[in-house]
Amino acid sequence: MAEKRPLRQVLTANLLKDGLVVFMTDGAAWSPWIEDAAIVTGKDSALELEGKGNIAAKANVVVGPYLIDVLDVNGRPRATLIREHIRTLGPTVRTDLGKQAERAAGGSGQGGAFI
Amino acid sequence: MYRYDEFDHAFVKERVAQFRDQTNRRVAGELTEDEFRPLRLMNGLYLQLHAYMLRIAVPYGTLSSKQMRQLAMIGDKWDRSYGHFTTRQNLQFNWPKLEDTPDILQALADVEMHAIQTSGNCIRNVTADHWAGVAADELEDPRPWAELLRQWSSLHPEFCFLPRKFKIAVTAAAADRAAVAFHDIGLKIIKNDKGEVGFQVLVGGGMGRTPMIAKVCREWLPKGELLGYIEAVMRVYNLYGRRDNKYKARIKILLHEEGDETFRKMVDEEYQKIKAAGGSVSHLVPEAEIARIETYFAPPKYDLLPDTDPQLAQHLKANAKMARWYEVNCATHKQQGYSIVNISLKPEGGIPGDATSEQMRAVADIADTFSLSEIRVSHAQNLVLPYVRKQDVVAVYHALEKAGLASANLGLVTDIIACPGLDYCALATARSIPIAQEISKRFEAPARQQEIGDLAIKISGCINACGHHHAGNIGILGLDKQGKEFYQITLGGSADETASIGQIVGPGFSAEEVPAAIEKIVDTYIGLRNKGETFLGTYRRLGPAPFKEAVYAQAAE
Repeated sequence: MAEKRPLRQVLTANLLKDGLVVFMTDGAAWSPWIEDAAIVTGKDSALELEGKGNIAAKANVVVGPYLIDVLDVNGRPRATLIREHIRTLGPTVRTDLGKQAERAAGGSGQGGAFI
Repeated sequence: MYRYDEFDHAFVKERVAQFRDQTNRRVAGELTEDEFRPLRLMNGLYLQLHAYMLRIAVPYGTLSSKQMRQLAMIGDKWDRSYGHFTTRQNLQFNWPKLEDTPDILQALADVEMHAIQTSGNCIRNVTADHWAGVAADELEDPRPWAELLRQWSSLHPEFCFLPRKFKIAVTAAAADRAAVAFHDIGLKIIKNDKGEVGFQVLVGGGMGRTPMIAKVCREWLPKGELLGYIEAVMRVYNLYGRRDNKYKARIKILLHEEGDETFRKMVDEEYQKIKAAGGSVSHLVPEAEIARIETYFAPPKYDLLPDTDPQLAQHLKANAKMARWYEVNCATHKQQGYSIVNISLKPEGGIPGDATSEQMRAVADIADTFSLSEIRVSHAQNLVLPYVRKQDVVAVYHALEKAGLASANLGLVTDIIACPGLDYCALATARSIPIAQEISKRFEAPARQQEIGDLAIKISGCINACGHHHAGNIGILGLDKQGKEFYQITLGGSADETASIGQIVGPGFSAEEVPAAIEKIVDTYIGLRNKGETFLGTYRRLGPAPFKEAVYAQAAE
């Protein structure tokens, strides 16, 4: 029987001003890259992260923060649901747009713009 | 084309100012998201997967070249230099910033456009036959009535908070190109036994999770009584439509639950009350007002031309590609010597309905030179040049070819309707566009498309059915099954005057399996069809069995 892995989650939202997808970092800032996201594994830490997201929403920085499940793929988080994975990249039919395009242009995960 | 009067200008201007203030208050934190969401939705601004999305109304699908150029400018200045034409004859931008949206709305107002009532539980953009005014099979131009409905329904105080969204379509042609039977209210301009022109009023059609074909609510209604009668329908719906369950809130559910006869009686009783109320508010449309609106849609001064153009015939003989495009994409005009030129926004392997700003400008330029500066948007996500002289067809073709807009596939297997799906939409459960692209690539050979003939494939990325899959001869519905995209195929749907709802053929398919399944269905049709029989004709004659057998035999292989 396969070992049950702990649930890993990150917090995502859309920025209020431009609607772009962001992830909450360890320092409670927002990054456009899922690689920068704070990863939580327990219920308590998930609630704590969610609480920080709600504070940011009340402060009108982001809209609609919510937790998503992620997998560890080669040391990097990857959203388990295809919907969320597409949000981390951009439209699969327009790879010249969205985060995938920014990444291709050099805006890599580590060191991207923080809000 | 209709031009705004002072009232139109004033209310659109006021709305832009209101939204600018609302946006400022939201950004400043004076409005919460819960307070702001309904305000932005009333102005067509959604929050989607990657960014905000702005849906702009194109009333009854009619655009001027000036408006098209402004859309191109907005795309370049505030978005990503492209837009997506929708099944409601609207245009969506996928990347606007909230803070830029008031400026975008102002730019729209500058060319007599807006995004009001493109969302929310109100009467949405009124759609019409995209060949209105020029179709050879048309009784009269239905757009003056669509415009009347637009004016009447815009900010109508009684109908701004309906149980659910409400869609109206109008046609005056024998062939239904406006899918009126799939609307909350579908209006057909017809003649009665006495030869008088009026409306047949259909009510309760729709797609979504409970697809229904509209029922005839009034066989024939005098034209002047249109607003009074529609108001009665709306009042019955507003009063008795369910508000406790959004999935049962459309008028089609009310009509279904009450029964056709009871519903008709309810409407008639309400209509009698409206008529009896009289006073300063008549139930009749003021004749002067409809006459005023009709002047904006008066036929242009056509050149008197022969029906055939010898030079065009020569060019078509010499250029097989152009000849094919002419045969497939150009339709018979009501005026001798003219053609209706349809511009496919379905390049082989492309994204259905998308046009770049550059292409929008190219279409605007072509319309200025060859189509009296007018353009139409079809619910099938294509564009139309309604007034092209046959002697100009060759020049139009070359200009379209230069802009990458000369795909010769109107109404064929690659002319696929697809919603944005999970690539953009927050409600979607699966992607639609990549499925459309794969099918398009598989059938891209012109000879193959020609062999198949008319075939409407329609794809939706969720049960809300924005891609009209229920009305597809072949419909594809993308769903989520335990975190994976899978697709149901339906057969036998039709949005035309013989409207029907497609039936699920059997268990769903993975994305990779869909194109092969579609090919098997098409091959089965070709093998079984009678001479001259369309896919729909063959399906209706034989039923689903042979298609089912072919598709699942293949899956078992």
